Amino acid sequence: MQMDNNLAHRNRTHRNRKHVLKVLHFTALFITMAIICIPGLWIVLNSFRPTVEIMAKPPVWNPTFTLEHYRAMFGGAGQGGVPVLSYFRNSLIVSVTSTAIAVLIGMSGGYAFARYRFKGKSSYFVGLMLFRAVPGVALSLPLFIVFARVGIIDTHFGLILAYVAMNVPFTIWLTDGFFRQIPKELHEAAEIDGCTRWQAFWKVEFPVAKSGVASAAIFAFLTSWNEFALASQLTRSVGSKTMPVGLLDFTAEFTINWGGMCALAVLMIIPALILTFLVQKHLISGLTFGGVKG
Amino acid sequence: MTEVTLSNVVKFYGKHKAVHGINLDIANGEFVVLVGPSGCGKSTTLRMIAGLEDISAGEISIGNRVVNDLPPRERNISMVFQNYALYPHMTVRENLGFSLKIASVSEKDIIIAVDAAAGILGLDQLMDRKPAELSGGQRQRVAMGRAIVRHPDVFLFDEPLSNLDAKLRSQMRVEIKKLHQKVGNTIIYVTHDQVEAMTLADRIVLMQDGHIVQVGTPLELFNEPLNTFVATFIGSPPMNLVDGVVVGTDRINLGDALTVPVPLSARGLVRDGQKIHFGFRADNLMPVGHAVQEEGEKVTLELTVSLTEPLGTETLLFTNVAGTEVQAKMLNPRPVRPGEVLTFDLMLDKCHIFDAASTNALRS
Repeated sequence: MQMDNNLAHRNRTHRNRKHVLKVLHFTALFITMAIICIPGLWIVLNSFRPTVEIMAKPPVWNPTFTLEHYRAMFGGAGQGGVPVLSYFRNSLIVSVTSTAIAVLIGMSGGYAFARYRFKGKSSYFVGLMLFRAVPGVALSLPLFIVFARVGIIDTHFGLILAYVAMNVPFTIWLTDGFFRQIPKELHEAAEIDGCTRWQAFWKVEFPVAKSGVASAAIFAFLTSWNEFALASQLTRSVGSKTMPVGLLDFTAEFTINWGGMCALAVLMIIPALILTFLVQKHLISGLTFGGVKG
Repeated sequence: MTEVTLSNVVKFYGKHKAVHGINLDIANGEFVVLVGPSGCGKSTTLRMIAGLEDISAGEISIGNRVVNDLPPRERNISMVFQNYALYPHMTVRENLGFSLKIASVSEKDIIIAVDAAAGILGLDQLMDRKPAELSGGQRQRVAMGRAIVRHPDVFLFDEPLSNLDAKLRSQMRVEIKKLHQKVGNTIIYVTHDQVEAMTLADRIVLMQDGHIVQVGTPLELFNEPLNTFVATFIGSPPMNLVDGVVVGTDRINLGDALTVPVPLSARGLVRDGQKIHFGFRADNLMPVGHAVQEEGEKVTLELTVSLTEPLGTETLLFTNVAGTEVQAKMLNPRPVRPGEVLTFDLMLDKCHIFDAASTNALRS
């Protein structure tokens, strides 16, 4: 009987401890998520609040809802308007083009690293990774001078070139990993089944690695879409400024239009968010390599 | 029709010579098994036939057509890989029909061909599944189906059963043999498992270190091994080898004052003082009363059993001949305790003599 009591007691303490751990676990998760999400939430909420309330001290707990920042942003130059549509178009052109080029080059490179043996392969690969280690801003001055001399400063082309160079090493690294996971027997089987090497890639290896390529594309797109430092150096006019650079339009000599900035930031986040949701299915799609090993 | 001929085929990997000038003629419809320990060059040879590896020197022809520089797709072969290499993003039906689709066969004909192949291999119920949803044996069958669907000249199998468990392996072995009887194509099959080689092959090609050691029917390799490597590689358990020295011209001293006569097949081929390996299989050393009644010269030995392995219809007995552990076989077995002394008959006619220096068989 004594033993039984003892056992029941131990069971109970163990259960309690489990419960406490679970609560702690959720608290930690909540705090982490709050740290990640609150700035975003702050931006979204403030884009709908009047400027006075944003900076009010003490804070206004019962905010008024207004679309004034959005209205002003799309309004004429005199009413605090900025060329949102131009910025949006620039961002889209630069990001989509640079992503497409970076993914094409990166995928070919990644495939080559994963499948072929060639001289200086590992040092070349390390070189690419080292290139990633150089902070982009450090290159902004030399880039600025070179681009200015060549005459591609303040153009879509210049920015695309810079972003492709920035994204290719990472894309190579990512797709290399995905292609490495695909056993080489798959393309061999396809070649025996009648494919050329090219067909074997497009009909078998590419579809299997599609999720990898999609995630590489997402990363490349978001990098270009969000990049500020280089773009602020290499663009000057409405014809080439991207949205992150456009945010600066809301800073004047003595004031910062927080509400307008938030509104533009929201517009900037939306496409990235939509894209991520669209591709997300691919990123976590259950493409397993079950056909290959049991 | 579809003979496969290899003449002086050599493969270099950098400076390393993986295959040393292989010559092999494979007849139309023949089931040839390349067998050997890992690293012996058997898979490389198969991949050269498939066109997946370049040939460093020599010539390979399939059906009187030199294929040295043809890509795999122009060799009209199909191959089953060790890891099956099914296309994970396609259903079983798409996997089976892939080669026909690439060859621009009409939709209707693909369905007919795929259904026929599925019927042969019993895949009808699995056609809409993806490879990830199949068991190992089912994947194996799909891989075979993909190979037969387009009626190639030659089937190549690269260790197709080594990822399966023992029971499934013997099942699939039977299916492969049945498949060969049904379709009758030339098959080249690579394995490291001598049981697969013995059970499947019309002819076995035993390889070692990039050389062919012996080519022959399973029974030829089993009964007349050319050297000690063949003798110990083929057959389970492997052939027992006991070191000995020839005394005079007709007796062999195995040590421990044990001498046996030189078997008939080797008489006249040995010289006084020659060091040899004396080889015999477990089936040729049996306890009196538990042996196959056979005519022929026998040597009777009193041996102590150290370990037993009951297998049901027979029991393997581990014992000791002149200081070397050997295995004997007991038919109609009764329980044997370790340490028990039994009287054994060694069938001298079935013993083999190998020269110790060259390890080659001495046989007339």
